[in-house]
Amino acid sequence: MIRLDGRQQTLTDAAAAPSQPLSQTSRLRQYWQIALANPLSLIAFFMFAILIAIAAIGPTFVPYDPLASNTANALQPPSSAHWFGTDNLGRDVFSRVVVATRLDLSISVLAVLLSLVTGSLIGALAGYAGGWVDACCSRVLDTIMAFPLFVLAMGIVAALGNTVENIVYATAIINIPFYARLVRSEVRIRRNAAFTQAAYLSGMSHTRVLLFTLLPNTLPPMMVQMSLNLGWAILNAAGLSFIGLGVRPPTPEWGIMVAEGANFIVSGEWWLAVFPGLSLMLAVFTFNLMGDGLRDLVDPRQRH
Amino acid sequence: MMRPGISESVPALELQSLNVEFRTRRGSVRAVHDLNLKVARGQTLGVVGESGSGKSVSAYAVLQLLEANGAITGGSISANGIDLRALNTRELRDIRGREIAMIFQNPRAALNPVRTVGRQIEDVLVAHRRETRSSAKAAAISLLEQVQIRDPKKRARAYPFELSGGMCQRVGIALALACEPRLLIADEPTTGLDITTQNSVMELMMSLVRDKQMSAILITHDLALASGYCDQVLVMRNGKRVEGGTPQRIFRQPVADYTRKLIAATPRRDKTVRELLPGSLQRAPINRAPPGEAILTVRELRREFQAPAGTVQAVKSLNFKLYQGECLGLVGESGSGKSTTAAMVARLLDPTAGSIELAGVDGQAPPLDIADIPSSKFMRHAHRRRIQMVFQDAGDSIDPRHTAQQAIEQPLRGLLRLRRSQRREKVQALAEQVGLPQHLLTRFPHQLSGGQRARVNIARAIAVSPDILILDEPTAALDVSIQAIVLNLLADLQAELGLSYLFISHDLYVVRLLCDRVMVMRNGEVVEAGDTEQVMDQPQHEYTKTLLSAMPEMPGAD
Repeated sequence: MIRLDGRQQTLTDAAAAPSQPLSQTSRLRQYWQIALANPLSLIAFFMFAILIAIAAIGPTFVPYDPLASNTANALQPPSSAHWFGTDNLGRDVFSRVVVATRLDLSISVLAVLLSLVTGSLIGALAGYAGGWVDACCSRVLDTIMAFPLFVLAMGIVAALGNTVENIVYATAIINIPFYARLVRSEVRIRRNAAFTQAAYLSGMSHTRVLLFTLLPNTLPPMMVQMSLNLGWAILNAAGLSFIGLGVRPPTPEWGIMVAEGANFIVSGEWWLAVFPGLSLMLAVFTFNLMGDGLRDLVDPRQRH
Repeated sequence: MMRPGISESVPALELQSLNVEFRTRRGSVRAVHDLNLKVARGQTLGVVGESGSGKSVSAYAVLQLLEANGAITGGSISANGIDLRALNTRELRDIRGREIAMIFQNPRAALNPVRTVGRQIEDVLVAHRRETRSSAKAAAISLLEQVQIRDPKKRARAYPFELSGGMCQRVGIALALACEPRLLIADEPTTGLDITTQNSVMELMMSLVRDKQMSAILITHDLALASGYCDQVLVMRNGKRVEGGTPQRIFRQPVADYTRKLIAATPRRDKTVRELLPGSLQRAPINRAPPGEAILTVRELRREFQAPAGTVQAVKSLNFKLYQGECLGLVGESGSGKSTTAAMVARLLDPTAGSIELAGVDGQAPPLDIADIPSSKFMRHAHRRRIQMVFQDAGDSIDPRHTAQQAIEQPLRGLLRLRRSQRREKVQALAEQVGLPQHLLTRFPHQLSGGQRARVNIARAIAVSPDILILDEPTAALDVSIQAIVLNLLADLQAELGLSYLFISHDLYVVRLLCDRVMVMRNGEVVEAGDTEQVMDQPQHEYTKTLLSAMPEMPGAD
């Protein structure tokens, strides 16, 4: 089948012609319309909002202290008193799952933001400058990618010390190459575009062109990458905890809870691992679903 | 098929009240509206229209190659008496390529980049003519020979990226003719090719059509081109037929207003820029002050590029002067070095050697050699304001994240450091000056038409009151009727603001409309320079003569 992009464009143009001009104040309504156009991303945004709400206010509303053990009441199956049951020390699994949300979300969001910013800057510099700068940056990134990423993260945490910050750093470092490569190629495509030349003619310096003309144009694909990455980051943090690095018991964290619960699945106490596992899955699912919606929001071509 | 016994009176192609609709997010758009057309056996029909006229959609509809959101909603299509709409997918596949073949607009995109061109022709032969690989190989080479590709044995092993645009289109023609179809549909076959290449490709294609007694449809935006090669011409607009007839009739006595406007807007050698406009848009003649002192003096300008094969001299020793208030044309085909020259004069690219002297402001200060200032410094230089540029609208001339307002105010912010309220006022005044309606200022480039984007481009360039404006093919991507308006706007602005233009174009007629003097460039050198009239009427150099004779002429130049 032949794609007729040029003609398709004109048809859309013709259809767009009668639409009303939009003022700054109607931006919000515009975003709302974009969200409405794709119900799936609307669901994702809704789920994300719930996750954020749980992380923000969940800990103050949980029915039990997530750390208080009560051995008399250990390994109880889900009931009306303990919705998700209790673990081997008699702690309420529901309270622990809810309280863990904040830690898991913070680790992943912080790690992703850190790698997004660092990766974008490295990639933008490499793509814009080209030559030996590009060669140096690219080889360093290739080296990072040559490692099995999870093993690299393990190594970093093991070397730097077993703390939450170091999980964030490790997760950020292993994700930097993905952002850097994406930004590098996006910048390279546009660095000779007429609008970039026009920016030079407008008296903008190399730094300003890079930061205010080229980088914003990389946002749409970056948003997709970012949301996928949030999912990976949360899995990565949980994975590190699962093997005993990073967050340490008794701190409630989904990865540790799955790890500890795994021992009891064989003896039939499934709720210990299943509920934190489900929350993990739900969070990753939300992030992955959110990607396209985020891209549409930051892409002006979606506005009409 | 019923090929041999077919009666002469059955047309090669007949469309009866064809309707095509596209579903978009804002409802359905009718791209073709009750279209009737007929191509008689052995005849060539030219379908002429501007963008959005539905000319290509109708052609694609014939072969039912519409995009997923498009559908034929009514009418009939019959080719050689076969009802194409009644065929199933397999029968259609058989018709495509064997009975009806197509030549596409962008030959490089139409060819498979990872397969040698010879192999691609063989594929068609094997699929349709049931040839074996070995016999197909010989046939493919003979086809390449027919489309006048030199050394066809060697070229058959070349990949599309190793061939020039003209060569790729010849391969495209070979592909289309491989199965000796009855009807050939050529969709803008020479758009994007140089004028001399366009000429040879068209000559080749039409002589093959004649020799093989095929029927053909030539889809083009170029009236002159269609009139030169077609027996019948059909003018389309907004998916509807405007009028049809022989080229002579259409050009001498156009019936529809639209056709008249289209003919008027097509640049010709004996027209002035005002004559391009329809009566309703007519304005006072341009009254321009005579050119003054030299504002820009270019001496021994050279530029070399390092390529894997060695050093390429893009521009070799260029000398010229640009006078205050004049329009200097720079004409050449692709690879002539005209865009490199523009980039160097605009100080976006550093020359390898040579000087670019910019006269002092108002002739007071001594001239300054701006070639000495590296381009990475010049963007912050006090003289940056004085040289600005209008780009060709290839879809990337405006930042897709900027509204028209933001695009126009960019130089006001960067060079004049105006405050927000001042910028807004100035942008409104500029929009007024270039004829851009105020309510379009909040639109993003994808929400603007080509002509509106050209206006934004011009407004941005004149925002900081430059002395010199470099126009790099500013109308090359526009429809002729829009081109007419933009050219007039440029002429008006020059007279009003006393700008000096360096006008770069491949279109000699457009250059003739605007420019006082012209330089013809080839392979990085100026082969001929002088007053526009003189160069165009009495060309001295062989190359200039070739260029001029390759320009398609319309019949009945009244």
